Amino acid sequence: MERIYLDNNATTIVDPAVRDAMEPFFCHMYGNPNSLHSFGIEVRPYLHQAMEQLYTGINAADDDDIVINSCATEGNNTVILGFYFNLLKDTRKKHIITTQLEHPCIRESCRYLETHGVKVTYLAPDRDGMITAEAVRGAITDQTALVSVMWANNETGLILPIKEIAEVCRERGVYLHTDAVQAIGKIKVDVQEVPVDFLTFSAHKFHGPKGVGGLYIRNGVSLPPLLHGGEQMGGRRAGTVDVPGMVAMGKAMELANQHLAFEQTEVRRLRDKLEDALLKIDDVLVVGRRELRTPNTVYVSIRGVEGEALIWDLNQNGIAASTGSACASESLEASPILTAIGADKELAHTGVRLSLSRFTTEQEIDFTIYTISKAVMRLRQLSTSY
Amino acid sequence: MGKSDLIGGELWEQYSNKVADRMNNPRHFGVLTEDDAKQLGGRLVIADEGAESCGDTVRLFWIVDPETDIIKKATFKSFGCGTAIAATDMMAEMCIGKTVDEAAKITNLDVEHALRDEEDQAAVPPQKMHCSVMAYEVIKRATSIYRGVDIATLAEADIVCECARVTLQTVEDAIRINDLKTVEEITDYTKAGAFCKSCIQPGGHEKREHYLVDILARVRAEIERERNPDQVQSDFTKLSVVKQIKAIEAALDEHIRPALARDGGGIELEDITPGEDGTVLVHLAYQGSCKGCAGSLAGTLTFVERTLRQEVSDKIRGVVV
Ligand SMILES: Cc1ncc(COP(=O)(O)O)c(C=O)c1O
Ligand code: FES
Repeated sequence: MERIYLDNNATTIVDPAVRDAMEPFFCHMYGNPNSLHSFGIEVRPYLHQAMEQLYTGINAADDDDIVINSCATEGNNTVILGFYFNLLKDTRKKHIITTQLEHPCIRESCRYLETHGVKVTYLAPDRDGMITAEAVRGAITDQTALVSVMWANNETGLILPIKEIAEVCRERGVYLHTDAVQAIGKIKVDVQEVPVDFLTFSAHKFHGPKGVGGLYIRNGVSLPPLLHGGEQMGGRRAGTVDVPGMVAMGKAMELANQHLAFEQTEVRRLRDKLEDALLKIDDVLVVGRRELRTPNTVYVSIRGVEGEALIWDLNQNGIAASTGSACASESLEASPILTAIGADKELAHTGVRLSLSRFTTEQEIDFTIYTISKAVMRLRQLSTSY
Repeated sequence: MGKSDLIGGELWEQYSNKVADRMNNPRHFGVLTEDDAKQLGGRLVIADEGAESCGDTVRLFWIVDPETDIIKKATFKSFGCGTAIAATDMMAEMCIGKTVDEAAKITNLDVEHALRDEEDQAAVPPQKMHCSVMAYEVIKRATSIYRGVDIATLAEADIVCECARVTLQTVEDAIRINDLKTVEEITDYTKAGAFCKSCIQPGGHEKREHYLVDILARVRAEIERERNPDQVQSDFTKLSVVKQIKAIEAALDEHIRPALARDGGGIELEDITPGEDGTVLVHLAYQGSCKGCAGSLAGTLTFVERTLRQEVSDKIRGVVV
């Protein structure tokens, strides 16, 4: 069976060009980049090149840092825990502001700090699924040290007003971190236009390999390392750099930026086609206004059709998608986003996310449209509410 | 934790073929109507359980022969994940041909068993066990409707863990008999908490009446009190003198001597004698700075006596030697 991958917000296929770029660093140029000898010497230019690609990718200034690490989870933990040791632990600043929309790696690090006496505000999204700059402003107190708000949401694709939030934080003298995992490769990410202090990303979300990521730190902002040890990354992150991973991430970033226009036109066109078809089915709700979302994501709620049952049916037909609140998860709480936008409670377990990539084809979307309508018909026949 | 738990994420690959098959092609879904009932010469029963906002709902249809109580036909409708659909389908099938009383005895464990491919291989992964609970509950509901009785009268005695159908009594007994000290041990002994985990502590899958953590704390406290008879109040007067002395010494050590020591004083137990009306006279001698000053003597005695009554027995009366 031909398979169709529509779960690109979970992870993506490695672009073959990216694989080619990393290939030489396994069996040929396998030196440790910290070595003095020729094996180290020959590797370093490639790492510099990757840095160029990454700095260009997010338009970082040369004096800023992009610390290469293992993933966005590591980057996010480095920021949140780093703030504890730097500021929250010993000074008057005792407060972090984040949102209910964040990935668990932010949420759980904040929960952990709460057990150490840090106060955390988890902002709820408004009726549009958004976090506004005004909401952030309203939550800032003179004890606030850090605001952490994601650039784009993984579930709905909603793009948060990070520029305005950055302005509020500047104005109030509070540091700002953004989890840009779902933004990179989908929309323009420019740290000069949007003055964040910290920004995190993971290569595997933009057609790079898994297990490598980056943490951007604005020039002059202090942050202790999470991993202590050697001199790598200027002491900001010890541990031998994943050379093939870093080279690959550089290449993936370059390609991602080259394809931004394609994302905005072609990927968006296919997503809209899929979305329009879904909206033709009765009693269907799509979360978030289209123009406010990343071009590849649609989060749909279909009355009477339980999310996991739908993705099971899709999987039976070779289509990969994912659900917001799996009934196997330990908590049956409805997705905060569905609650926030005021969807009625019956819809809490109906959310399904379809996320495309630049590798998605028109044919795949056509087959998906056909398969979803069939599955919805079957499951509604079974369903108590239909 | 261990080798098999570190990767995680496994779910669908743990379903038995029977589960997968019934998710794809449930055999008994659909509605039954009064017309169907008339044709079969039976009574139509329709029972609903669950809520869509909680993740699954099921509606069970029975046509029951009023003469024999035999369920002639059973179908369902369901909003839920695949396991819920598969479990409900199997449950409906298991009802057919049984009397209502027999059907009421079917549990979610029976349904899960019937869905196994291999006798010793669970049909669904632990966290999905809960999806079959609804199937069990809806039979109870249908039975209560058929019998015209309140569903509460059919409920089993205090089920703590619905997934494994473990009662409060079983959990308490397991803790006592095996001297269990952790929730993990309870799960190992009884299987309670081994599945969806909502019965372990508040904040899980769904709200529960009892939680294993609370039961454990309560039973442990009971065990401690029994083991430490010094603390048992009512029976103090029946203890042997040696045990009485030990209990008083323990209370002196724990609650009284440290307080007196702060002021440089001390206290010794000199004797125990029976008093009037079943009281026990405890003869005490002060030492150090407690001696001498009459005012403080009276105050100290009040404190000592109150503490001993509270901690050991209200039958105690203090006497200063
Ligand atoms: C918004 C967001 N942040 C962080 C992460 C974590 O990425 P990683 O697992 O690569 O650390 C993800 C991935 O699911 C994500 O979607
Ligand atoms: S109720 Fe599900 S494990 Fe106990």
